[in-house]
Amino acid sequence: MVSVTIRKRPLEDAVITQRKFFKKTARGKVIKVIRERYLRDDVACGIEGCRECALPSGSTLPMNGSLDHASFPNGHFILPDTNVFLGQMDLMESPLLKSPIILLQTVLEEVRHRSLPFYNRLKALVKSDDKRSWVFYNEFRSETAVVREENETPNDRNDRGIRRGTGWYNLHLAATRPFADGSSNTPHPNVVMLTDDVANRQKAQKDNIHSLSVRQYVEGLPNSAQLLDLLSAEGSENIEPTLASGRAALYPDYLPTATLAAGVKAGQLHQGHFNANQYNYLEGSVQVEGFDKPILLVGRENMNRSVNGDIVVVEVFSKDQWKAPAEEVIDQEVATRNDDVEDSDEEGEAREVSTHEQNILQQEETARIQSERQPTGRVVGIIKRNWRAYVCHIDSTSLTSSNATSLAQQTVFATPVSRLLPRIRIRTRQAPTLIGQKILVTIDKWDNTSRYPEGHFVRALGKVESKEAEQESLLLEFDVPYRPFGKAILDCLPTEGDKWIVPPKSDISPEWRDREDLRDLLICSIDPPGCQDIDDALHARPLANGNIEAGVHIADVSHFVHSNNPMDDEAAARGTTVYLVDKRIDMLPSLLGTNLCSLRPHVERLAFSVIWELTPAAEIVNVRFTKSVIASKSAFTYEEAQIRNDDVHQQDELTQSIRLLNTLAKQLRDARMRAGALNLASPEVKIQLDSPESSDPIDVEQKEMRETNSLVEEFMLLANISVAKKIEETYPQTSVLRRHLPPPKTNFEKLQDILRKRRGMTLDVSSSGALAASLDKCNDPNEPAFNTLVRIMATRCMLSAEYFCSGSVSRETFAHYGLASPIYTHFTSPIRRYADVLVHRQLSAAISHMPLHPSLHSKTHVERVLIVVNRRHRMAQMAGRASVEFYVGLALKARAEKAQKAGVGQVTEDAFVIRTFRNGLGVFVSKLGIEGLVMFKRDVQFDAEEYTVTVPASATNAKDVKISVFDQVTVNIEVEKDKNTQRGKVKMTLIHPIDSRAL
Amino acid sequence: MSSRIEILNDGGFRSDGRLPSELRSLAFDLSPQAGADGSAMVSHGLTQVLVSVFGPREAKSRAQTMHNRAALNVEVSVAPFSTSDRRRRGRGDKRVQEIVAMIKSTFEPVVQTALYPRSQIDIFVHVLQQDGGVLQASINATTLALTAAGVPLLDLVCAITAGVHSTSPDSPLLDLTTLEENDCPSVTVAVMPRSGKLTLVSLETRVHVDVFKGILEVVGEAGKVLSLEMKRAVLARTKMLKDAMGAGLRTAEFAEDAGGDE
Repeated sequence: MVSVTIRKRPLEDAVITQRKFFKKTARGKVIKVIRERYLRDDVACGIEGCRECALPSGSTLPMNGSLDHASFPNGHFILPDTNVFLGQMDLMESPLLKSPIILLQTVLEEVRHRSLPFYNRLKALVKSDDKRSWVFYNEFRSETAVVREENETPNDRNDRGIRRGTGWYNLHLAATRPFADGSSNTPHPNVVMLTDDVANRQKAQKDNIHSLSVRQYVEGLPNSAQLLDLLSAEGSENIEPTLASGRAALYPDYLPTATLAAGVKAGQLHQGHFNANQYNYLEGSVQVEGFDKPILLVGRENMNRSVNGDIVVVEVFSKDQWKAPAEEVIDQEVATRNDDVEDSDEEGEAREVSTHEQNILQQEETARIQSERQPTGRVVGIIKRNWRAYVCHIDSTSLTSSNATSLAQQTVFATPVSRLLPRIRIRTRQAPTLIGQKILVTIDKWDNTSRYPEGHFVRALGKVESKEAEQESLLLEFDVPYRPFGKAILDCLPTEGDKWIVPPKSDISPEWRDREDLRDLLICSIDPPGCQDIDDALHARPLANGNIEAGVHIADVSHFVHSNNPMDDEAAARGTTVYLVDKRIDMLPSLLGTNLCSLRPHVERLAFSVIWELTPAAEIVNVRFTKSVIASKSAFTYEEAQIRNDDVHQQDELTQSIRLLNTLAKQLRDARMRAGALNLASPEVKIQLDSPESSDPIDVEQKEMRETNSLVEEFMLLANISVAKKIEETYPQTSVLRRHLPPPKTNFEKLQDILRKRRGMTLDVSSSGALAASLDKCNDPNEPAFNTLVRIMATRCMLSAEYFCSGSVSRETFAHYGLASPIYTHFTSPIRRYADVLVHRQLSAAISHMPLHPSLHSKTHVERVLIVVNRRHRMAQMAGRASVEFYVGLALKARAEKAQKAGVGQVTEDAFVIRTFRNGLGVFVSKLGIEGLVMFKRDVQFDAEEYTVTVPASATNAKDVKISVFDQVTVNIEVEKDKNTQRGKVKMTLIHPIDSRAL
Repeated sequence: MSSRIEILNDGGFRSDGRLPSELRSLAFDLSPQAGADGSAMVSHGLTQVLVSVFGPREAKSRAQTMHNRAALNVEVSVAPFSTSDRRRRGRGDKRVQEIVAMIKSTFEPVVQTALYPRSQIDIFVHVLQQDGGVLQASINATTLALTAAGVPLLDLVCAITAGVHSTSPDSPLLDLTTLEENDCPSVTVAVMPRSGKLTLVSLETRVHVDVFKGILEVVGEAGKVLSLEMKRAVLARTKMLKDAMGAGLRTAEFAEDAGGDE
């Protein structure tokens, strides 16, 4: 029992105990707020063995701090100020920095006010086991609390608080150390304040407080060479003013924030996300409200230091300056290969670069078509930077000394893996060792005097093309959380571990409460081969009245994952399981995912069942939902199930029920297609791995689709739709649903135009049904793959489906466009999707099996969770695709080697032209599911209106060769490494109808 | 999300430096208002309430007269300056009416109304400052004002608000400020510490069943602490009166009673 006490305070010291401030409400009203503060004497210092402070066991700071700094032989603790965390977080997070950290509450709160992402990183740092740190609540301790004085800025007040805290610590250490010989001069460790603020350091000196700049501090550490690299550029500025301040500005200044806000409000300026163009580094676009087409930003000056993903404010130029987007591929590396890292020190060279770029822009200017004009503009300010850590390669040509033993500091270029990002200039002492490695780099700042952003090295991921490095860089690039599950999470698993079984049926066991016993049903699961997380199983049987009972049984994950425990929080943060070619990053610990929740055959498992009564024509008579216990009779692969289904000799009951399911599924599918569902296509390929151990890809093949794939799919769709109806009915405000908005018609304009001009075909996009019908007509008898290609291109014009909370959008926008269903949700894969877990909880409350957790009654909570889940879902898809791409690259390399051995020499594939540029072609290799670029070095004639490129006769000594979109060509594919950065690149050259290698 | 202030930080401190089970500084001032039969000014931190009690006196209206007991008449007024957002609340305000109803139902079983048939006891509650726990402060002030007026009570009613924060459902927060009230589910409970009976349990937000029991236990403890504090205040007041009058009032019994609990 806790003891209840009253915190008394004398009435007189209201100045110290009350905090007054003024706050402006959303409506513009100014309110005075008074908050109390209770000062106390029992806030612990956190240092082991302290005589005065009561300390919790464990997680304290070592008695003598850290002994390995040269200036502090008696040991020391570091006490960084706010800006150290904001500016040098990578250093503080580095496992190489082992000094015990004292974190003041003042600092913690200031970080929180300044930047939430940094605050979260800081909190993670405090909690991590490999760091010794202690949060000292100085604002609550009577000796260290400070009150803002008159005319003192909040900043100064905080700095004073930090100094006072440091001073207190040193006194406290001196006072509480056991006196060895009675004298008070026994050596005791120091608490060192770290700050990059010179004025603050001077004041500290006056008060006799040890303080150092971060750089000075790190230089005294034994492993300073590695740590100095982690220092961000921001911090080093006032110490080594290498950037000449008198240099001419390359970019215009940003407008002040107030002007931006006013401009956006008045409609003169527009706000939106900056999207870089992956084909042309000198062009970007911003989608803003009020314009049909995105605002085009042409040239470096107009993009004005924005990086992909930033929220920027743009000014739109007058209409006569509007342009069409460039139809040209401009590769940053090629165009600016000679750009010097230390650039702009020499004016002449810098000008050369910019004139070169000017030329490029002017050249393409003439080539732009005037008909497709798009608004243009320039960036005048940044609302929010979206900088994160980027996976990069070091550009070897930017090195001044490649001597591997050299520890001299060099400025080098780091080229991000993503083509959407500019090169980043970093300073490092380990450049020679970093060549050929993938490294993580963050951007610190981008001054208007600097052509490139400046950043710093965070850590090395490993050798280029080693699987671990590639894998980790993928996960980092797509922000996939991949850390192993922590102890708190694993503690939420059943204590029996993998020995857990469904207890014998009885009225008292909680597992059997309100559960139907379906163990006798002939249930089976059908999944891809090697599937470990089986989350769905099916059954069907004829009923006496001629109808058919069909059931979908989904793993009952919500039985194991309860609301609001660490496992649930982690799953919500991960959002989805991510499938890479050779690795799966689970959303739930694998004990659940691949064992307890997986509906394995011949084992009793808890399930959530949807059971329909269907007429033989697959119309729903009724549906019910129930928690159940099932025992799957068999786990088939799609292939096995298909064989059973087709084999007329198999007449056992299980096969019969598969056939029954199959006939129903066909009818369901027909009904769906009649309702106007789309049959979309995406380039899906399968990587064949040699063996699970070596995971060397042998080859790439396209995924096969069998009838049984569609069997499972149809029943899952049916279950999802039935569940969606039920939960929406019960919780109209907070149910978790999924929708697919109809695409805006303008998205299809270009595809329609190409189809009409090149093939004389039309695409009716008035509704999903019409689109489906016209897609069916886009056939070329000579080229069976053509239809798939059009489908892929149509799919790219559409929006992506998303989860939403039913109370947040209007009822009319619930529909799922692609499936042509008025309502839809995800229910069938709770092991690998978090939205399904929420849906399970809601359905289980809807059938009054369990009370709904209060958080699922809150619209804001559901919305917040779904924003994360939607983002994770998108990222997971992209990560999966990128992983396939990487393996396709490896497979191609292997194939090329094999071909070389066989004497054939090269890998050639058929491809379709999907895009034409002034100096190249975009092609799609359907067999490999990859897209590539074919570049022409020599001049070709480009007709943007007709989407054709003509290679003139002069270049080939033969006839003119005309290539247009949708033409089938043959390309030679090779994987080559960029010589500078070691970045692997798929290079394609035309073989047929013309050999482009010479062009 | 909206507020950037942590209700309960990782060090176990609340936003104002208290531990979960610590009450705010409180002050009991008995009979600040000479005109009333009994009055009390109670402050819990920055929440301040003045209650004046008149009566028992003859019932004014016929309609309210009850033949077997006294009627409790509660009126609550909330000063417009009591919150930082200046706002006038009339008597018809729903929120105010609710507080009236809750105070009334809290005291009806505690005041020995049967001793005063055909009379009424007027309780005027003035909320002067609000920073969370208005109901709790009103009830505590009413208890003291009734005591000061010499109205016989079965026990000193002590009210306290407790809430739970999602990060630590096992240690309920006591005596919530406005900031905390807005963020946590909370319960206001009025206890009679001697018997341990509850005369009011008011839930305005959902509180999870699993944590409810824990809250009640802590609140019971807090009630005892509060009642000690109240007794001390009453005793001090009485002593002062005795000294002022210079008469030998027989307070020995009372003192023993109060001291016995300590």
